[in-house]
Amino acid sequence: MAFIQVKDVHFSYDLEPGARKEVLHGINLEIGEGEFVALLGHNGCGKSTMAKLFNGMLVPGSGQVLVDGLDAGKEENQLEVRRRVGLVLQNPDNQLVAGIVEEDVAFGPENLGVPPEEIRKRVDAALKAVDMYHYREHAPHKLSGGQKQRVAIAGIIAMETRCIVLDEPTAMLDPRGRQEVMETILRLNREKGITIVLITHYMDEAVQAGRVVVMDEGKVLMDGAPQEVFRQVERLKRHDLDVPQATELCYRLQAAGVGLPEIPLSVEKCVGMFKEVL
Amino acid sequence: MSETILETKNLTYQYGIGTPFEKTAVEDVSISIEKGEFLGVIGHTGSGKSTLIQMLNGLIRPTSGQVLLDGQDIWAEPKKIRAVRFRVGMVFQYPEYQLFEETVLKDIVFGPKNMGLSDEEALARAKEAAAFTGLKEELWEKSPFELSGGEKRRAAIAGVIAMDPDVLILDEPTAGLDPRGRDVLLAQITQYHKKRQNTVMLVSHSMEDIGRTADRLLVMNQSRCAMLAPTKEVFSQSAKLEQMGLRVPQITKIVQELGALGCPVDPSTLTVDDALKQLLPYLKQKLPRKEAGSDAV
Repeated sequence: MAFIQVKDVHFSYDLEPGARKEVLHGINLEIGEGEFVALLGHNGCGKSTMAKLFNGMLVPGSGQVLVDGLDAGKEENQLEVRRRVGLVLQNPDNQLVAGIVEEDVAFGPENLGVPPEEIRKRVDAALKAVDMYHYREHAPHKLSGGQKQRVAIAGIIAMETRCIVLDEPTAMLDPRGRQEVMETILRLNREKGITIVLITHYMDEAVQAGRVVVMDEGKVLMDGAPQEVFRQVERLKRHDLDVPQATELCYRLQAAGVGLPEIPLSVEKCVGMFKEVL
Repeated sequence: MSETILETKNLTYQYGIGTPFEKTAVEDVSISIEKGEFLGVIGHTGSGKSTLIQMLNGLIRPTSGQVLLDGQDIWAEPKKIRAVRFRVGMVFQYPEYQLFEETVLKDIVFGPKNMGLSDEEALARAKEAAAFTGLKEELWEKSPFELSGGEKRRAAIAGVIAMDPDVLILDEPTAGLDPRGRDVLLAQITQYHKKRQNTVMLVSHSMEDIGRTADRLLVMNQSRCAMLAPTKEVFSQSAKLEQMGLRVPQITKIVQELGALGCPVDPSTLTVDDALKQLLPYLKQKLPRKEAGSDAV
């Protein structure tokens, strides 16, 4: 059984009394344990709503979201669902609560009632996993954006959730900070088998996922391996999305009559390919 | 020679002087910004770029050194610093959080009214600014909080444009927008710059965005100005940029590697369109597509 199952989910927001706007129109999606899924789509397509449905912060209007078999829309399951799915948001300044890094990371497990010795162990391990152990006694507000996001991720790791949903975690970061966060996410997925759902506007991040889901107007538009999805350059552009520059270049070269063995998704793959054929 | 509009002389800013947290955020920066140029500003977090731009419009007073606007020290008469802020307009990161009025138009008109313009003149400017940013007329009388993220961003930028600044500084104006929203906003800023012919400074972490808009680049590193040169010149030095935690646009990296493989291509190419134009004739001949009729295109 898939770790997260989204079954025919509709969701509406209340605009004002009497007026509602449906943003998800019957979503069906399954995410298996250990997968790394990138969720793409333009602003307002319903991605962030999906993220909040995954850990029970929002409840579907109709349909079901099952997390590890538990109905995430039922209040009695709320705690168990949040033990399994952690959420990291865009702005690092909005999610750090304590005055010292390690206390911040301890906040989650404390609230879950984890015994103190165990918390100590988890906090140390979580900070090491995101490579922030040296900063454990620092003040979070003095860290860089990338470091803050890694502390926020450590806070989720310390809760030992099996799935982490990240809603544009790199939008406010510089290139180095983005790379730090991406490396952390990839490592957690590969080495610890944590299921990752990454919502992003950066196509070069999405191509690093194992699977790409593209949403449009509250529906799933495309779902497949990055290779399959990003090959459809024209279709993505029609839906206001983008492809990495390496992909666009090779796609357009091929369309204009250059024989290329593949359409690469990254600068490295692109350069590697040209090294072989030239 | 082009005219200088903003100039800094040995500009320095230290935080927490006399405390254990003393830190130099900007150190000895002497640069000239030209009238009418589109200047990109890059540098990783903590490089001093935010502190620098806040000194350029007098939001922070330098601990030493000077900022000259049209040759005049902006702090010569501290009481007149507000006038500097009208001439050097600043759009902060996530400016939509600063919207506060009942309607979009009232929000945009706030700046010009504050400058002491008459109601009619302020309103005319606000409408012009709203049009510049592509904000549709049917949105003008709505509450800013009813707008989408991209529309709110435009309303906030319009509020600064309405003051008709000689220098417009935008700090990460596209952060958090989707690819299409980003492209549209950048195109509007470029158009505005062309039409108004004022000076625009764009601070961005996206080298791709900077690559296709800026004439010159200011690179900040460890509190100092590391480079100030035409965009192409800066991006031809990828090794140096990487040492500073920065990088060149993806397409520039690719053409540089292809150049090393013998392709005839300018190593400072900044856009996919430009790269395609240069590479196509060579690659078509070198790597013709095998299927029949391949050269029909």
